[in-house]
Amino acid sequence: MIRTLPRSPLYRTGYLIYIILFYIFLVMPLITICVLAFNDSNFIALPWKGFSLDWFFANTNDRLGLFKDPDLLLSVWTSLKTGFLVAFFSTIVGTIAALLFEQENFRLKGLLYFLALAPLVIPGVVLGISILLSATNSGIYLEETFGISFEFLGPSFWLVVIGQFSFCSTFVMLLVGARLKKFDPVLEEAGLSLRATRLEVIWLITIPFLRPAIIGAFVVAFLISFSNFNTTIFLVGSDPTLPVDLYSRIKFSSTPVLNAVSFMIVSFITLSAMVNFVISRNKE
Amino acid sequence: MKNRSSTFYLLLIPVLLWLVVLIVTPHLDMMFRSFRLETDEGNMIFSMNNYLTFFKDKIYWLTFVKTALYSIFVTFLAFVVTFPVAFYLTKVIGKKYSGFMTLLLLIPIWIGELVTVYGWMILLRDNGVINNFLMKIGVINSPIEMLFTNFSMTIGLLYMSMLFMIVPMMSALDSLDDSLIEAASDLGASKWTIFRQIIIPYTTPGIVSGGIIVFMLVIGDYVAPNILGGKSSLWFTEQIYNKFLSSFNWNEGAAFGFLLLLLSSTIVWIALKLTGQKLERVGS
Amino acid sequence: MSYVLEIKNVTKKFGDFKAVDSVSFNVEDGGFFSILGGSGCGKTTLLRMISGFEEVTKGELLIRGESMEGIPPEKRPVNIVFQSLALFPMMNVEKNVAFGLQRQRLPKNEVNTRVAEMLERVDLTGFEKQKVTELSGGQRQRVAIARSLVLQPSILLLDEPLGALDRKLREHMKVELKVLQKEIGTTFIYITHDQSEALVMSDRVAVMNEGRFEQIDTPKNLYRNPETSFVAGFVGESNEFDVADYVDGVLTTKHGCKLNKPGLDFQPRKLFMRPEAFILNPTEDLDDIELINMRVKNILFDGSNTKISATIKQSQDEVLISLPQNAQFEDLQEGDDIQAGIHRDDLKCYRN
Repeated sequence: MIRTLPRSPLYRTGYLIYIILFYIFLVMPLITICVLAFNDSNFIALPWKGFSLDWFFANTNDRLGLFKDPDLLLSVWTSLKTGFLVAFFSTIVGTIAALLFEQENFRLKGLLYFLALAPLVIPGVVLGISILLSATNSGIYLEETFGISFEFLGPSFWLVVIGQFSFCSTFVMLLVGARLKKFDPVLEEAGLSLRATRLEVIWLITIPFLRPAIIGAFVVAFLISFSNFNTTIFLVGSDPTLPVDLYSRIKFSSTPVLNAVSFMIVSFITLSAMVNFVISRNKE
Repeated sequence: MKNRSSTFYLLLIPVLLWLVVLIVTPHLDMMFRSFRLETDEGNMIFSMNNYLTFFKDKIYWLTFVKTALYSIFVTFLAFVVTFPVAFYLTKVIGKKYSGFMTLLLLIPIWIGELVTVYGWMILLRDNGVINNFLMKIGVINSPIEMLFTNFSMTIGLLYMSMLFMIVPMMSALDSLDDSLIEAASDLGASKWTIFRQIIIPYTTPGIVSGGIIVFMLVIGDYVAPNILGGKSSLWFTEQIYNKFLSSFNWNEGAAFGFLLLLLSSTIVWIALKLTGQKLERVGS
Repeated sequence: MSYVLEIKNVTKKFGDFKAVDSVSFNVEDGGFFSILGGSGCGKTTLLRMISGFEEVTKGELLIRGESMEGIPPEKRPVNIVFQSLALFPMMNVEKNVAFGLQRQRLPKNEVNTRVAEMLERVDLTGFEKQKVTELSGGQRQRVAIARSLVLQPSILLLDEPLGALDRKLREHMKVELKVLQKEIGTTFIYITHDQSEALVMSDRVAVMNEGRFEQIDTPKNLYRNPETSFVAGFVGESNEFDVADYVDGVLTTKHGCKLNKPGLDFQPRKLFMRPEAFILNPTEDLDDIELINMRVKNILFDGSNTKISATIKQSQDEVLISLPQNAQFEDLQEGDDIQAGIHRDDLKCYRN
């Protein structure tokens, strides 16, 4: 059953075949898009008509390559900006939340922690509409009472950032919190005993200890933000993020440029995952 | 401590702002909104009308029930498909390979749902890769209709969610001491007994947290049902989407969102009660 | 002599549980004071109250005559060497030692000189840039002590810092700590469950049990004249007997061994005899010696610490007896009959 126990050949082969099939299932869609990104055809699927880089660089009547498509490039840029801002803010607040819930005791802590975990069990769509409703409500209220209108309280770039921040903070909190659980609280007492204030202890001892987790959480928050659709779709204004742009293209005007974009995403993710893997293995 | 340090408030205030402004208020807003009705004169009144619409129109509550049952089914399917893989990676093959193979599992997660769903769309089309392949080897004569069916939707939902289940199951399996399995085997237990009496009870926390994540992703998903599903595979999130972005009936949309939130929380709550787990553990 | 620490009727409750139960004691400036007790006796709680990590439920705690009520740990003239040492793994030796000085916003060159002086004192010059994770156990120990002492605290609290070391190094560090304390003159308050650490290093030792102090004394007095049966049993090895009866100056143990112990003004319940208090086959002419006939049951060879266990013929009670260092009794065999004498002063009797 496990590596140290004897297994029958039939069981072993059967198991191996299952695993292989699983991995084929896993990579099939990714490999397909990557290959078809170089298909010299005006349709997103087969047949294969030869190799071409048109869907990356062409700028002709019927073919507009990824790098020549200003709308597409703009949505990539919007997604990058959103991802960075969301990761930045949620890393700060998520880390603070982790410190608060792991290290402080106060009344209603249980309730607050439950609320902080709530985004795990709130469907993304619901999170999107509730923030949209709330933002527009307060927008209308502010405009009616004070006569000032805030653009970010309607569907807009900043509303997307706010919406994604609301649940990315939870993930950061969990990732940083997991590392914080391994932190020896005696180190903190040692800091206090050496005349450091609580804030100095956090800044000089706890945060350096958490650094790998904080960096990791930043990357995770960025990636979650970059690929989010379910929440974003309700909050997005005139400048779509990449997933929103891709969605509308898939729905209404698919050209193989979608394959090219997908290829870029797949290869970027795969490459960074590999680099990260090699680095972390060399460290050991 | 009797006197709260200023650091405590420094930690508390941002977290409180996050939770109150972005989690509590929006959902309360959504709840109030769901009970509102605009009269012919344009006044807002309290009403159960939005909920009555839901119960009166068969298509709404049928979709609601179907979404719930289907999500449970996909969650179960995800467990059946991925558990052997998680077991294989942690207990059967050596550390040398499992690191790399685990990495492969993470890549589709980070690539994001939209790209992978798009990949499946290309694979499953009438003139897609799978049909082409099957026709070439002569299994079928004309393409099978796979895209825009419940089948394709299920594949999409399974693919985008199942990997989130592997990770918690793997960490649970990782902490299971091999010698427990060896001891059971030494005492004469069959594979099935070992599986049922040792491995499953031990990994239940991992299975439950993975299952809840999968369930939430599936029930709250919009992309896979919308892109891969057909006319018969309407998802409840699509109806929320339509209320908000097509028919602009936000009050009804809020009611629907609230119902979805209620549905998912109830099912998660039941799952937690049945298995004796806590939400706090889902996060870790 | 002034007191650096005064503890007056201090109590600490956790819910209904009294971890520390109205303890009072004073520590003289410049001494090495140990608190000795088993796990759960309240010694750690007491230490944490002195350092400020726990609040005092009732009573008063003064350092250099000043009440410490409401003063947070970082403001107290007290530093701790933690059981796990709690060196900051992300900093090197120098930064660990400089940490506290930098918190006081001292000028950089003063910090540097004081760190260098301190490192020299604990014999760590040349290790400034080493990572603390790369040091040996003894070196880590010294960094932890240096890190605290560089702040010139009124009191240095040490929470069983030798616990994690192996036996050889522990023996060595005991001596080193004692020497260091004498050199520097800072008051050390040392918490431990290891009586040998407490006895070897301390000027005075408090034995703690169930939240209370049983006895505060010099190591020698603690060993020779334990005031309570707990101290008699806890400090050093002892043969313990329940006393059934005391009539006309004669003790009778539960199993019926009779011993003369005249002059007790109370009804004893417990009797303690140290293994090394016995004299094997004594010559006749000693005064006030109780003679007991025994049969050797077992020889427990342990080098210089060799003992025998023997059965008292009269009562079948079992006792441990240390053998003298010379090889006089080397030929003793299981089953041999012997006579053991013990001075009446060494029959330690207690009320409970």
